[in-house]
Amino acid sequence: MIQIDERRTRGKTAVLPPDKLERVWAWGGASSGMCYVYRPTTTEGLQRVFELARQSGRSVGLKGGGNSYGDAFMNSENIVLDLARMTRILDWNPETGVIQVEPGVTIEKLWQYILGDGWWPPVVTGTMKTTIGGCAGMNVHGKNGWQAGPIGEHILAFDLMLPSGEIVTCSRSENSDVFHAAIGGFGMLGCFISLTLQMKRVYSGYLAVETAAPANLREMFELFHAHVDHTNYIVGWIDAIAKGDALGRGDAHLAYYLPPGADPNPQLSLSLEHQQIPDTIFGLIPKSAMWMFMRPFMNNVGTSLINTAKYVAGRVGSGKRYWQTHAAFHFLLDYIPNWKRSYGPGGLIQYQPFIPKENAQEAFGDILRTCQKHGLPNYLSVFKRHRPDDFLLTHGLDGFSLAMDFLITDGRKPEMVRLARELDAIVLAANGRFYFAKDSTLRPEVVQAYLGTETIQRFMALKQRCDPKEVLQTDLWRRLFR
Amino acid sequence: MFNRKRPLEPQPRAIVIGASSGIGAALTRKLVTEGYIVAALARRARQLQDVCAAANKNAAGRAIPYVHDVTAYETIPALFQQITQEIGGLDVIAYVAGVQLPVGLHEYNFAKDEAMVKVNMLGAIAWLNEAAQRFERAGTGHIIGVSSIAGDRGRIGSPVYNASKAGLNTYLEALRNRLTRQGVTVTTIKPGFVDTVMLENAPKTFWVISPDEAAAQIYRALRWRLQTVYVPLRWTLVGLALHHIPSFLFRRLSF
Ligand SMILES: Cc1cc2nc3c(=O)[nH]c(=O)nc-3n(C[C@H](O)[C@H](O)[C@H](O)COP(=O)(O)OP(=O)(O)OC[C@H]3O[C@@H](n4cnc5c(N)ncnc54)[C@H](O)[C@@H]3O)c2cc1C
Ligand SMILES: NC(=O)c1ccc[n+]([C@@H]2O[C@H](COP(=O)([O-])OP(=O)(O)OC[C@H]3O[C@@H](n4cnc5c(N)ncnc54)[C@H](OP(=O)(O)O)[C@@H]3O)[C@@H](O)[C@H]2O)c1
Repeated sequence: MIQIDERRTRGKTAVLPPDKLERVWAWGGASSGMCYVYRPTTTEGLQRVFELARQSGRSVGLKGGGNSYGDAFMNSENIVLDLARMTRILDWNPETGVIQVEPGVTIEKLWQYILGDGWWPPVVTGTMKTTIGGCAGMNVHGKNGWQAGPIGEHILAFDLMLPSGEIVTCSRSENSDVFHAAIGGFGMLGCFISLTLQMKRVYSGYLAVETAAPANLREMFELFHAHVDHTNYIVGWIDAIAKGDALGRGDAHLAYYLPPGADPNPQLSLSLEHQQIPDTIFGLIPKSAMWMFMRPFMNNVGTSLINTAKYVAGRVGSGKRYWQTHAAFHFLLDYIPNWKRSYGPGGLIQYQPFIPKENAQEAFGDILRTCQKHGLPNYLSVFKRHRPDDFLLTHGLDGFSLAMDFLITDGRKPEMVRLARELDAIVLAANGRFYFAKDSTLRPEVVQAYLGTETIQRFMALKQRCDPKEVLQTDLWRRLFR
Repeated sequence: MFNRKRPLEPQPRAIVIGASSGIGAALTRKLVTEGYIVAALARRARQLQDVCAAANKNAAGRAIPYVHDVTAYETIPALFQQITQEIGGLDVIAYVAGVQLPVGLHEYNFAKDEAMVKVNMLGAIAWLNEAAQRFERAGTGHIIGVSSIAGDRGRIGSPVYNASKAGLNTYLEALRNRLTRQGVTVTTIKPGFVDTVMLENAPKTFWVISPDEAAAQIYRALRWRLQTVYVPLRWTLVGLALHHIPSFLFRRLSF
């Protein structure tokens, strides 16, 4: 028997302006929600949004650049507080490399601001459109995860606005429990309103890059084992369609910072103009149209062709050494605008498990085979090395991760859900972890299993302290923690 | 918790206004069977509660009762937002509420007339304006208005019921013309005779179908994104005929 709840039968007083309602898309475009979006530019503006949330009985979800693949910044039918307009650099010391920024400053703005002074962000994501607030919210990693750790390790302090409007300063010595939980706390404890980070000294605008083309998964692992001690960045690309002996074959890029004196003209290479990448690809296709050429290949047959061509080319060029600008090495994807549109209208999702090194080779072999068995091989898989860290909800561990992009169509959704469940079981059995920034498929029981009840209880206790009325919510929060 | 969402397992959401009996109750059952989360609205709490409880038995979706009188217009914008928040979204809105009061052939009773216009037309406008605004911004959505074949011509038996449904038809047509290019579908449902309490006031009836049959046909119109649908279909011919009877003849007919 359903009880009619009195509260449900009366309209609440505060109506939000319908013209604030917007469709907010997951970065991968496979899902969306209607949200009341506010874009303040000041902390007072931010406080007013929290006030409005109280009056209208709505929750608030925080959004940075919106680059999480799934529903991490989505708050359907409630308020989304978009921080992308809080973009001031508050302080920069070119002597020490310490910078203080507002949360909406992007990685793009950050590196462009500091490079001329001989600094580079210690951790960057595969796109430079992410914001520092969003990167801290997910505690992102780069292609140097096992060396530099996640970005949180380079955050010295931050100011966090709680939903009550109160502002707390956190660092390793002040409110350190909140410090270690808000970083990686996916916007559930408070809103970063300023963050202080330590940048990394560089002596050239170039990295020395080396390529390799492992013929299978075993060779890929051997390559990583052989090089982790002396490279600064390693990233592998796996052809997820290759089977049998070739399972796990791919490409790898290794990169090193140049020591002082190696670059004859660092002033030039550190200049902004020098970092930019040409406007056409192969000197022919304009970048902005590239996705249209990719579109016909975004199916199992097309990707198989491309992957084979890419592998053969990599094999031929294997062992090549060259210098590449930081921007080109890290953000190549950004130079093909709208590449995700090549996936078509159903969009894509990402699934990125993290597995301890002892179990990694076997588990990733299982994962690749399971995807193939379901007829859903992923079209782009990126392989990285990580290390553990001391943040509460960390995804980091002493092991490897494989970030897999899956094309989504209405017809593929049910099979994808089944596949994700099977993959979850493999990852859990291997003592692995997951990453909310990339998630669209997890369930509460899987999160409980990998985070552990005690960690979740500690996080909930902090949530109770920072946000007792549970004002901060997202679709992801309701999906996994409620 | 009806506002929980899984990105790859979308669950459609609907509002049905006038869900406590007849066609609206049947449509609520149908949508819940098809996996919808449905906010079911009407004045009679008990009936509404029973409809929802019955609909929810072994169903894929879920119906949630909201007691509401559509003539309390000023509460509608807030209630609309509250419902979309509580059910976690909105894909379909169906305005089914309607009243037909018995009117004598020589009776001119403003109180009755006003009551019919207020529910059949003004209530529809108050609710569907909210939905139109939202769907326009969403770039998708489906609006269903349950009108009546009685709106096709003005007849001797029930002038203001006819007028209220004609007004509803024109309003829905205008919404359709406004919203098609925004990706929104607007469907006008014109039932003939459906076996509900409303038939008690109808003098002669024929081709009567059950409310469940009517709901099934409305659901099909939803799936196929149809625009104007007579329920059952054979009324299309009657509608066609009605439209083409010239006024000088129509005046002489006694229905
Ligand atoms: C092409 C591409 C490549 C990527 N490569 C990598 C990679 O190499 N490594 C990696 O780790 N990730 C990677 N990602 C994922 C991405 O870096 C993360 O999702 C990151 O969090 C996105 O930052 P954002 O500014 O877009 O934040 P959003 O996605 O908008 O938000 C991320 C989270 O932070 C919260 N948040 C946002 N702003 C604040 C704030 N001011 N205070 C508190 N919480 C806040 C949000 O609520 C949300 O939970 C990649 C994504 C894409 C699309
Ligand atoms: N039955 C037919 O043959 C027929 C033919 C053509 C068109 N129609 C149309 O079909 C629709 C449904 O009618 P029905 O046959 O199913 O009759 P019904 O059983 O009387 O249903 C009418 C519904 O409207 C609701 N309603 C009436 N006044 C309301 C108000 N002020 N506020 C909120 N809800 C109100 C009623 O709920 P509460 O009383 O609980 O509020 C009830 O749920 C009507 O629009 C009618 O005009 C019916």
